Parts: sequence; C-alpha cells; structure tokens
Amino acid sequence: MRRLLNYVVLLAVASFLIFSLASFTFRPLDSLLQRNPRPPQAVIDAKAAELDLDKPIPLRYGHWVAGMVHGDFGTTIGGQPVSDELWRRIGVSLRLLVIGSVVGTVIGVVVGAWGAIRQYRLSDRVITVLSLLVISTPVFVLANLLILAALRVNSVLGVQLFEYTGETSPDAVGGSWSQFVDRLQHLVLPTFTLALGAIAGYSRYQRNAMLDVLGQDFIRTARAKGLTRRRALFKHGLRTALIPMATLFAYNLALLVTGALFVETIFGWHGMGEWAVRGIATQDTNIVVAITFFTAVMILLAGLLSDVFYAALDPRVRIT
Amino acid sequence: MTEPVTTDTATTAKSGVDVARFASRRTLVWRRFLRNKPAVVSLVLLAVMFVGCYALPPVLPYSYTDLDFYALQQPPSLDHWFGTNALGQDLLAQTLRGMQKSMLIGVCVALFSTIIAATAGAIAGYFGGRRDRALMWLVDLLLVVPSFYVIAIITPRTKQTGTVLWLILLLSVFGWMISSRIVRGMTMSLREREFVSAARYMGVSNTRIIIRHILPNVASFLIIDTALNVGTAIMAETGLSFLGFGVQPPDVSLGTLINDGKTSVTTFPWVFLFPAGVLVLIILCANLVGDGLRDAIDPSAGSLRRRRK
Repeated sequence: MRRLLNYVVLLAVASFLIFSLASFTFRPLDSLLQRNPRPPQAVIDAKAAELDLDKPIPLRYGHWVAGMVHGDFGTTIGGQPVSDELWRRIGVSLRLLVIGSVVGTVIGVVVGAWGAIRQYRLSDRVITVLSLLVISTPVFVLANLLILAALRVNSVLGVQLFEYTGETSPDAVGGSWSQFVDRLQHLVLPTFTLALGAIAGYSRYQRNAMLDVLGQDFIRTARAKGLTRRRALFKHGLRTALIPMATLFAYNLALLVTGALFVETIFGWHGMGEWAVRGIATQDTNIVVAITFFTAVMILLAGLLSDVFYAALDPRVRIT
Repeated sequence: MTEPVTTDTATTAKSGVDVARFASRRTLVWRRFLRNKPAVVSLVLLAVMFVGCYALPPVLPYSYTDLDFYALQQPPSLDHWFGTNALGQDLLAQTLRGMQKSMLIGVCVALFSTIIAATAGAIAGYFGGRRDRALMWLVDLLLVVPSFYVIAIITPRTKQTGTVLWLILLLSVFGWMISSRIVRGMTMSLREREFVSAARYMGVSNTRIIIRHILPNVASFLIIDTALNVGTAIMAETGLSFLGFGVQPPDVSLGTLINDGKTSVTTFPWVFLFPAGVLVLIILCANLVGDGLRDAIDPSAGSLRRRRK
C-alpha cells in the first residue's frame, strides 16, 4: 500500500516535471506563425487561448491532471483528442514490446544457459562473439542492416516474404487469414530487431549467472543424490540462475521502450515512440506528456512484475 | 557480483598500509589485462581512432563541409577513401568529424556519470537515514522519467556551440542511477568493516573516510563502470542525433550521417556502411576494453573468459 502511494507520488512528480519542461520550452504557435501568408493576429490569439498559453504552468498542469483522472488527456495542437489516438497507438506499441520482450527474454535465457552448459565448445564461442557484436550495434544500425538482409532474401526468393514499412499493407484484402498473414509479415522484422538486442543482453548475463551457479556445491549435491544431469541443471541450476534476471527485467524494459522508439520510426509503425518523436518535433505538449506518463507507468509495472518474478523464484523473499 | 568484490577489496584494504604490495597489485592487474589480446587490441584501436579523428582532418584535402561537384555520390576511390554523398561531401572527412563528437561525448559522459554515481552512492550508503532515502528516491524518479524524451526536448533548442556540452550534461545526469545503487550497496557493507570504524573512532571526518577509505575500495567497480559506460553513452548520443534531437545540422555526428545514409542503403551502401561500421567498431572496442578490465581487476567474478571449472 505504501509502495503504491510512492508510485503515485513518483508518477505525479515525473509528469509534472515533464509537463513544465515541455510547456516551458515548446512554442506550439510556431506552426501558425511561420505559415505564409501569416494568419491574422486574432486567429493566433484564439489558438493561444485554446491551448491555455496565457495561464501559468502549474494551473495548466492542474487542468491536465483533472482531465487525466477522467481518462481525458487533452487535445493536440490540431484539436484532436489525444486519448483516442493514444489507445490505438498503445495497442500497436504493446504488441511490439510484449512479443519482443517475451521472445527476447525466453530465447536469451535459453541461449545463455546453453552457452554455460557447453562452455568453451564451439557453439558457446560463437554465441559469445555474436552477442557481443549485437550488443555493440545500436538499434538503428541493426534495423537498417536487417532491412538490407531482408531485401536480399526477398529478391532471391522472388516473393515479398518480409515487409518493412508499416504494420499492415494499405491494400490488404481477403479474409481474416490473409490479413493475419499480412500482419505477420510486417511483424517479423521489427519484432526481431527489438528481440535481438534483448537476446544478446540476456544471454550474456544468463551465461555468467549460470556459470556461477554451476560451480556451486548444491549442484554437486543434487547430482550426488541421484538426480539426472538434466534435472539437476534445470530444476536447481537454471532456476537459481534466473533470479538475477528478474531484477534485470525491469531495467531492460526501459531500454526496450527506447529501442521500440527507433524500431517504430524506422519501420513506419504508428506506435507511441513514433508519435512521441512527432510530438516533440511539432512541439505538442499534450502528446509528449501523455506518452511519457504511459512510459513511466510501464516502467513501474515492470518493476512490480520483476518483484513478483523474484518472489516466485527465490523462496527466501516469499514471506513478505 | 558483490561477494567476490568484497573479498577482493579485503586484500586491498589490508595492503593499503603497505605501499610495495599495493603497487604490485596494480602491476598484477596490468599484466593480466595485457594477456587479454582482444582487449589490448581494442584499447590500441580506440587510442588510434581518438588521436586520428583529431589529427587527420587538417591533413586531408577536404573539410567536412566542402562540396566536390565533380564527385557526386561516388563510391570509394583514391581521391575519396570513403566515397562521397549526394552533395559531393567527402565521407571520410565527415566520418572523422562525427567521430570527434561521438568519442568526446562518450568519454566525458562516462567520466561524469561515474563521478555522480560514486558520490551519490557513497553518500547514500555511508550516511544512511534521511540522505539515503532522499537520494534513492531521486534515483527512482530519474529511472521513471523517460530520459530519452527529456533530452530530445531540450537539445534541439540549445545554441549551436553549446549543443555538445548540453548533451554531455544531460546524458550524465540520466546515466548514473543504476551504478549508484550498486555503489550504495557496496558502501553499506564497507561501512560495517573494522577499518572504517577504526578511522571513525580516531576522529577522521566523514568526508575523509569516504574519500580515503570507501572510494578506493569501490574503485575497481568504478573503473569497469566507466569503461562500459562509454559505449552506452555513444549509443545514446548517436541515437538522439539519428532522430534529429542531438547534434544539429550543419554540424555532423555519426548519428546524423547514418540517418543521411539510411535512405540510400540499398543503392549507395557506402554512405550508410562507413559511418555505421565505424560506430559499431568504437562501441565494440569500448565494450571489449571494459570486459578486459573486469577480467583483469576481478578474476574471480563471473567473467566471460577466465573461468575454468
């Protein structure tokens, strides 16, 4: 309960800081002022009044909070309500983030554990080098390289197997099955880009954690009491080595959100990240604040989730 | 990861009295680092690139703004080693200019954020109580605020000459939180140790205890952290520049170059591949040096190379 209260305070302070920063630096009237011929002063004044630019920032923030409690995040500069657009875009981003992080975590853990079990074999060395390379490659380079590779594959196969612009084809026709396939074709490349970074990060940590655990006495005990190698490794080794991953998960999500921003921009997905970039470019306070608010909520939820994982994996902290 | 560090620091703490033994540990670490071939090669490469990107541009026939109208969109040749872009700008000169920015920002941010992390973590861990709660609350807050957006809001509105300084400042301010948590944990266990109590009973002031007794014992972590932060900082800077929120045109950074190149990645790949390749190389080298340092300083900690079953 205390913790939830702390979360609410954190959210309030964070959103207030972003709101003040955005309102203080943004000049939302620029798009009107720079229009040629310049619109009459009355129009500009009306827009300023509509955007509450004449009121002090704390008052504007209060207005925003009052609306936010009812699920109303204000309007964009153009006058469209932010909420409608926001929910659609959250759906798009969440699809990317959830699939990306689940695929990334699972494959990363498996690959890391595999590397630890087969330490110094060829497969382990290949994995180590590859993951180091991927970790050192920024998302926006990785995405473009994958596009390049996908183009090759497409031209070799002669069919448009991988799509890399948008999340669906604009001329998508046919039944739900072909639509599903179409979405899948668009999904593969962006999700893989996002997951690849996560796989590389997790596999490195997982390998180290697993190596630490495998050297410990209780694994030998488990083997000595007659468990098969597989059972000892999975039930005792992997489970213990997963504990540090639970904490890592919360930190990694923040990284994934930033990664998703690049992925959405490059692959032309209309998600939250892409909208935030547009919002900052068009100096739109309400868009930016709504998105940062949701990003903050997501990071806090990830923290909560990682604590749940932690408790589930580590019996010592279960009694709380 | 904390346990091996504490055992390691125990020997350092005892040897802090004996100067000869202290020096020998340093040479030991250095020798162990030299044995790690990839790390040494990366360190040399990094040094060469750092010196090269500042020393080479004055020697080159083209500056990064010059337009060569006789060579538009040309592949790499003897005249232009990295080729030219659609405007006829020499890509080698541009890449070097970008490297100057990215490497300077990377090194400065890594240094500053580690300094902040060490200060905040040591204060929070050593004093505890209200200061601890306040600092850790600040850490929570900064982790919740999406730093990328904050930096993206501020930097495009800074003056041309100050953009790099602002980037360094902002990236440092948002880059220290997780390391400071680790430093805090290490400080809390160090605080209970005999040599700290002894110093306190001798009447040594708290600041002095932190500087003379706590920080040297977390130094190994701080060194590793600095090295690994270089890569992260460069990635953040180039990412911001890639989206147009970092280094502003007409100045160039590796990020803006990659952004320029990505539209022609299929037709004129060198415009994309050279800056991207250099960027990956820099980050890879920084990471390898960081890993090598970790292995050298802390051979018992779960490293990638040195563990034998």
